[in-house]
Amino acid sequence: MRAQLFGTCLVDSFFPEVGEATVKLLRRFGVTVTFPKGQTCCGQPAYNVGYQAEARSVAGHFLSVFRGEDPIVTPSGSCAAMVKHHYPALFRDDPKMRAAAEQAAGRVFELSQFLVQVLRAHEKGFPGKGKVTYHSSCHLTRALGVLEEPLILLQSLRGAEFVPLPDAALCCGFGGMFMAKLPEISCALAEEKADSIVATGADTVTGCDAGCLMNISDAMKKRGSPVRVAHLASLLAEGI
Amino acid sequence: MSGAQTSLSFRSNAGKAVGNQKLRAAMKHAADTFGTKRIDAFAPVADVEAMRDRASAIREEVLKNLPRYVDQFVASATRAGATVHRAKDATVAKEIIRKILADRGARRIVKGKSMVSEEVDLNAHLEAAGMEVVETDLGEYIIQLEGEAPSHIIVPAIHKDRRQVGKLFSERLGVPYSDDPQVLTRTARKVLREKFLSADAGVSGANFAAADTGSLVLFTNEGNGRMVTTVPPLHVAILSIEKMIPSLADFPDFIRLLPRSATGQTITSYVSVITGPRKPGDATGAKELHIVLLDNGRTEILGGESRDILKCIRCGACMNVCPVYRTVGGHAYGWTYPGPMGLILTTLLTGMAKSHPVVDASTLCGACVDVCPVRVPLVDIILQLRRRKVREGFSDPKEKAGMALFGKVAASPALFALGQRLAGRFWPVVRVLGGKDVAGRMPAPAKTPFRRKAP
Ligand code: SF4
Repeated sequence: MRAQLFGTCLVDSFFPEVGEATVKLLRRFGVTVTFPKGQTCCGQPAYNVGYQAEARSVAGHFLSVFRGEDPIVTPSGSCAAMVKHHYPALFRDDPKMRAAAEQAAGRVFELSQFLVQVLRAHEKGFPGKGKVTYHSSCHLTRALGVLEEPLILLQSLRGAEFVPLPDAALCCGFGGMFMAKLPEISCALAEEKADSIVATGADTVTGCDAGCLMNISDAMKKRGSPVRVAHLASLLAEGI
Repeated sequence: MSGAQTSLSFRSNAGKAVGNQKLRAAMKHAADTFGTKRIDAFAPVADVEAMRDRASAIREEVLKNLPRYVDQFVASATRAGATVHRAKDATVAKEIIRKILADRGARRIVKGKSMVSEEVDLNAHLEAAGMEVVETDLGEYIIQLEGEAPSHIIVPAIHKDRRQVGKLFSERLGVPYSDDPQVLTRTARKVLREKFLSADAGVSGANFAAADTGSLVLFTNEGNGRMVTTVPPLHVAILSIEKMIPSLADFPDFIRLLPRSATGQTITSYVSVITGPRKPGDATGAKELHIVLLDNGRTEILGGESRDILKCIRCGACMNVCPVYRTVGGHAYGWTYPGPMGLILTTLLTGMAKSHPVVDASTLCGACVDVCPVRVPLVDIILQLRRRKVREGFSDPKEKAGMALFGKVAASPALFALGQRLAGRFWPVVRVLGGKDVAGRMPAPAKTPFRRKAP
């Protein structure tokens, strides 16, 4: 099986280790991974604050890079949701681009979704350790509808104990540009999230979106917490 | 009204609210309590999703034919003996009500909870005409004593804890201090009872208006709503035009959805259906009933892309789960309606020029959409408003320039790679320019971006 990897701008620029872990995981399950050259960003920074023309230009670029029939896999629930739900809407009035958007929307997967639904990676399980809790990011769960897959994967971590996070569904305050536009609220929400994480007694918190994890990580660092913040891709890949 | 907090100063209002630990604690507690109660109340209901679909479809039908339903309501309410007035905006509505009251020599007015009356700022107008206006919903009474506006559409004093209320009562009413909710309620009840008995008129809102029978439907908990509408000889109800429901027969789903969504109750203590004034032989009811139907921009909203907000039945569930609302409370939004539905209504009803900062007040997390009983697509509408804000030129010039740059850079692999290199090289500078709030919360860019190691 082949898959096109969309690294996302955040992972590409700030968290290459998440990209490498994603490649390792996919290969481990027999996937031939390609990294379409010229990929950049899905366009959310512009789309979410109302810059339609700019979002269209970036989305158009994405569609010109991701061609063909192979599934598009990305280690981000938010970027997957953008392609799946907002691309077709962005090109509502442009039949040609709309067709391309719908074609891409039909084959985009968030990583945990692909691992469970397509590769059934959880059946073999992964080596794990420690006490792990999980923040369910908003676009992953609400926009993309991926609720169970990350939990299924976490449960398949042999040797690790999973502890549920109270209020896991409450937004961490990242919100993309929201973090920059209303930093006071964003930080307050991240602190609240950090409180919940610390209260679980977990040594690791994981999730499926680098943006949220970055925001959470900052709040954890500010309080000097030793809790490790790791993307689910990294967590799963380190044992294999 | 609460000081100089306007929608335009949302960012600084929010900053202040975040620093107010008492407010934060009260908000978190209240929002969590309502959130949990809501979930518990829906848990035993088997067909919630189907019920939401039906309620949503009924609201959709109302919006599709709103002028027709309003006309039908006017005809049937008139037939039932009420006098119906149409008000195109707040000024007209206030003046109609003042005149109805003044013409009958009414000076002492008791009021039931009504967000529409807050929207038009009715109390100030009546007080300026020399009338005494007393809010009789406990929460409304508390904030009226404090000189504040409601901070939640269902629980107006949600931002106050019982100690603050105890202090307020002892200062304003001269009663001994107590923070026991029972004692406080008894105190308010005693004061309000006298007001009811001597009132010349009652002014209320309504949750729904049934077009087929011309009935007003009110959901209340404290019994004050029933007293306002039945004890004084004159009852004036003010409601906005979109509160129409085709028929009383459509109510069962709303009766099940509204209280559960609003306060997590399976049903409110009182559901009043008022059809015309008291008729010979009726045991209760006002002798004279006036209904003021407020447009105030709704007809215009109906013709626009964000019309679905008019499906809203004002349950408040979206604010209870909103991470932004839970953190800053209702006053920060600067106008009558807070939270996700509130920021939308504020922008649409007061205009982008007066409100554009509140369209930022969402992380787009979608928690509101999860709970809305009538499936208002809140996130989609917020995105529409953000696009409008950009289109109409209300976005920050620096942001606009930044986004124009982003649109070019992120659509060009060469520029993107260059941007990555520059950001990496000059990160310390970016950090300073980006400030501690943004770049300061991000790690330094990776030495080698993933693209250079990717397969
Ligand atoms: S938008 Fe929906 S959830 Fe919010 S107040 Fe209106 S009906 Fe309730």
